[in-house]
Amino acid sequence: MSLSFADISRIANLARLELAPAEGERMLAQINDFFSIVEQMRAVDTTGIEPLSHPTMAAVCGEAALRLRDDLASEPDNREANQKSAPAVEGGLFLVPKVIE
Amino acid sequence: MSQGANELHQLSLAELTQRLRDRKVSAVETAQHFLARMREHQNLAAFVNVNEDVTLAQARAADAAIAAGNAGALAGVPIAHKDIFVTKDFVSTAGSKMLAGYRSPFDATMVARLAQQGAVTLGKLSCDEFAMGSANESVAVPAVGHRAPITVRNPWDPSRIAGGSSGGSATAVAARIAPAASGTDTGGSIRQPASFCGITGIKPTYGRASRYGMIAYASSLDQAGAMARSAEDCALLLSAMCSPDPDRDSTSLDVPPEDFSLKLNDKLDGLRIGIPKEFFGKGLAGDVRAAIDAALKECEKLGAKLVPISLPRTELSIPVYYIIAPAEASSNLSRFDGVKFGHRADKYTDLLDMYKKTRAEGFGDEVKRRIMIGAYVLSHGYYDAYYLQAQKIRRMIADDFQQAFKQCDVIAGPVAPTVAWKIGEKADDPVANYLADIFTLPASLAGLPGMSVPAGFGAGNMPVGLQLIGNYLQEAKLLNVAHRLQQATDFHLRQPEGI
Repeated sequence: MSLSFADISRIANLARLELAPAEGERMLAQINDFFSIVEQMRAVDTTGIEPLSHPTMAAVCGEAALRLRDDLASEPDNREANQKSAPAVEGGLFLVPKVIE
Repeated sequence: MSQGANELHQLSLAELTQRLRDRKVSAVETAQHFLARMREHQNLAAFVNVNEDVTLAQARAADAAIAAGNAGALAGVPIAHKDIFVTKDFVSTAGSKMLAGYRSPFDATMVARLAQQGAVTLGKLSCDEFAMGSANESVAVPAVGHRAPITVRNPWDPSRIAGGSSGGSATAVAARIAPAASGTDTGGSIRQPASFCGITGIKPTYGRASRYGMIAYASSLDQAGAMARSAEDCALLLSAMCSPDPDRDSTSLDVPPEDFSLKLNDKLDGLRIGIPKEFFGKGLAGDVRAAIDAALKECEKLGAKLVPISLPRTELSIPVYYIIAPAEASSNLSRFDGVKFGHRADKYTDLLDMYKKTRAEGFGDEVKRRIMIGAYVLSHGYYDAYYLQAQKIRRMIADDFQQAFKQCDVIAGPVAPTVAWKIGEKADDPVANYLADIFTLPASLAGLPGMSVPAGFGAGNMPVGLQLIGNYLQEAKLLNVAHRLQQATDFHLRQPEGI
């Protein structure tokens, strides 16, 4: 299987990454190189095998679902500290370019 | 300065802790000593962020606690943290331009727990951007004393890589700039640099150490661990690192804290060490194999029995890991959008353009590649063929280990197929880097504890690490084997020239 330049452009858009044409070409070659080692994986017979998303949950704790805690507010209001590193803030809100005309 | 302070960096963590507690040396003197070493060895590029005022203030607080008689187990011990852990008082970058200058409003749980025990933070250590890499060549922020990003140097040969992604941690410990360091391991990022730099490193069972405040790469794989010169020191540090964090990390295991030092001296008589034949195939370099074989002979002399085993899907772990980890990364890194924190592009036309330009400017090549692979394998029409298939084989790999552990108590083999390579040698070939992770990926996918123990030297007099893999929650057993081996050998005591 081999990706095309159009695939790369489509994925870059999904991933919200601007790629210069030269960068896209380089990435196309590298990603196709990578998918050449993925092929062996596709040939494995996995009929009846349950996918494993969290290793230890299965092995140590049985197939228990991820733990949920009570839905209670446990964090203090820390808005100012949490927004300190934001690129643009006004009146406690994050600013983004205009979305609706 | 107190007597003996000039050799503080040669003390083990246990000795240093005792000397501090007995007030033979102060925490401030200790911190100053290591900060001076950090400046002296700036050429190795291990540190990316320091704040000497904060370090010394923490040291003064430790001295006060020791004087008041209420000091914690690590009072005054300087520890350096991989820059993947967020810290309130030090800039936290994850090695990325995206987070240049970023200040976290809180400390990672792991950092906070060590601080509660009195540890003093020396600074933040270089790593591959967002912990994605095996060579530290994809770090995108400058090291302390450097103007541009620079690959961490291996103290045994500065023309070679220290390994990755916890390369700064391995170099800092090997060069005696820090007595111990934190690291994180997603696909081998503690074990491989520990092996390459001749130190001891352990990644515990997935879920044992809190991931809260560890900047996420691949959440079902990321795990914090300890890096130090010896198994004894790793046991001390790991004991302070591992405890449940149920309110803040939903994957944190509900397992009580453990003193990993208690069983260090247990005898190895009758211990069954599984030797997976797939770890000793044609890809393994002869010099590494010779060192590993010698270490295994040493284990036999100590009473252990070597048992041949098979981990038949070892090679498959490469594509499985490099599908699953990028898939999780593409999701985790979607938070870097130029809105809530981190870099935002200067010029853009609208919101979508702002996202795209921000991410194009903020992320380096390797991170972009993994985000792209991840977005692709999760996208409509490809999810079942790649992502789900990888997760199914992941279960088969975990099951293979459980089959193997019916025949043995621990598994041993090489950490990496070769010793540390030259800087730049594989820099333009991502797949060559991925292939070199073959021996560390299986345990990561299964969520098992694993460690690297110095086992000798190979080509170019570069260190070789013996990998030990245990069953779930068997960290103490791994540390026991490593400690007994270190009582019989002196590889962990050797140090690079000029250090």
